[in-house]
Amino acid sequence: MNNPPDVSPDPAEHEEYAHGVHQHVMRYIMVGATLLVFTLITVALSYVDFGTPKANIGVAMAVATFKAALVAAIFMHLAAEKRLIYRVLIFTGFFVLGLFWLTFLAWYDPVSR
Amino acid sequence: MEIPYTVSNRPDTGLWNAKIGIWLFLASEVMLFGGLFSAYIFLRIDAPPGHWPHGLLNVPVGTMNTAILIASSVTVVLAWAALKMRKYRAYWWYMLITILCGVIFLTVKLVYEWPDKFQHFGAYLKPAALEKYEQYLGNHHLEEKGLPLRTEITGHLHNKEALKDPNIHEYEVAVDPIYADPTNPQMDRPHFWPKHATDKIVTIEKADVERAGFFTPDHNTFFATYFTITGLHGLHVLGGVLVFIYMWLPVSKKIYQRNPEHLANRVEVSGLFWHFVDLIWIFVFPLFYLL
Repeated sequence: MNNPPDVSPDPAEHEEYAHGVHQHVMRYIMVGATLLVFTLITVALSYVDFGTPKANIGVAMAVATFKAALVAAIFMHLAAEKRLIYRVLIFTGFFVLGLFWLTFLAWYDPVSR
Repeated sequence: MEIPYTVSNRPDTGLWNAKIGIWLFLASEVMLFGGLFSAYIFLRIDAPPGHWPHGLLNVPVGTMNTAILIASSVTVVLAWAALKMRKYRAYWWYMLITILCGVIFLTVKLVYEWPDKFQHFGAYLKPAALEKYEQYLGNHHLEEKGLPLRTEITGHLHNKEALKDPNIHEYEVAVDPIYADPTNPQMDRPHFWPKHATDKIVTIEKADVERAGFFTPDHNTFFATYFTITGLHGLHVLGGVLVFIYMWLPVSKKIYQRNPEHLANRVEVSGLFWHFVDLIWIFVFPLFYLL
C-alpha cells in the first residue's frame, strides 16, 4: 500500500501523478463507507447480550480498535510512512501503555493477598 | 527569514518540517487523552455496583454525530487529494463541507446534548430508603435476574425551588419511563430510541436522599468523566474547525498561487490532526453512549 508520491515539477509526469491520486480517492471513500457500516455494527452489537458487561465492552472495543486502525493506516497514511514517524510512534505506544499500566497498579495489593 | 523545508524534505529527517512537527504533537495528544482514558477505566472499574449509569445518553444523536465526524474525515482527505491534483475549486468545496460537519458536530453537542443533560434531574437514595421506593426501583425483580440494582431515581424536577429552599422537604419528579414501569423486562436494558419522561409524578423526601441534582459534571463520576472527555474532545473539534476556516479563506489561496504544494502540506498536517480527533471519538462514542 503506497501513498501518492511527491509531485514532480514536470507537467507530463504530473498528469500521470494526478491519475494516481484519483485512484486513492476511491479508496478513501470506500474506507469512509466501511467506517460508517462498522459504526452501525457497534451500535447494533451493544444491544446484543454477550453474557457479561465485560464481554460487551470487549466486543465494542475490538470493533473500535479496528476502526481506529483503518483511520490511522489509510486516512493518516500510516500504512506507508517514513521510518522516523514510526519511531516516534513506537515511543508513544510504549509510554502510553506504561501510563495504563500505572492505572492497573492501583489494584496491586501485596499486603492483604 | 523564510521557514525552511515546508515542501521539500529535510535531509536528516527525510520529512518536511511540519510533518514531523504534527506527529510529535499528536504523540503528546495520545498521552493527554491516554491519561483521561486511564482515569475513566480506573473510575469505572471501581464504581460500586449500580453506580455507573447506562443508557442516559441519546444514542441516535450520538450515532449521527459519529457519522458526521467520519464523513468530515473523508472530505478533508479528499480536499487534500484535490490540492494534490491542483483542483482548487474542488478543494474549496470539500473544505467547506468539512468545516460545516465540524460546526454541526459542535452545535449538536452545545445546543442539544449538553443543555438536555443540564435539565435532567436525579436523586440518589440512601441505602436504608431503597425499600421505601421499591415500587419505582424494581430492585427485587433485578435481584432475581442478577442485574445491578438501582439506587437513583431520575426524571424532570417539577419543583426546582426545592433544590435551594430548605423549607421544602421533598422533590417532585416526573420520572423517566424506567421508574414508571420498573419490573417490565423491557426496562432491564437501555433502548436505542430515548424515551421521554413520563407524566407520573413521584414525591421523593429529602430525608431519604443521599444527594440530588441536575446532570452536571458534579452529579456523579459518569458525568464528570463524560463532560471532561467530550469537553476536551469538543475543544479539539473547535480548534480543527478554526484552522480549516483559515485554510479555506482567500488568504490561503495566495499560498496556493505561490506554491500549491505548500497549501497541500498544510492541509495534510491539519488533516492528520482532524483524523486523530475522529479516532478519539471512535473510542469515546461506544464507551459513553453504548456500554
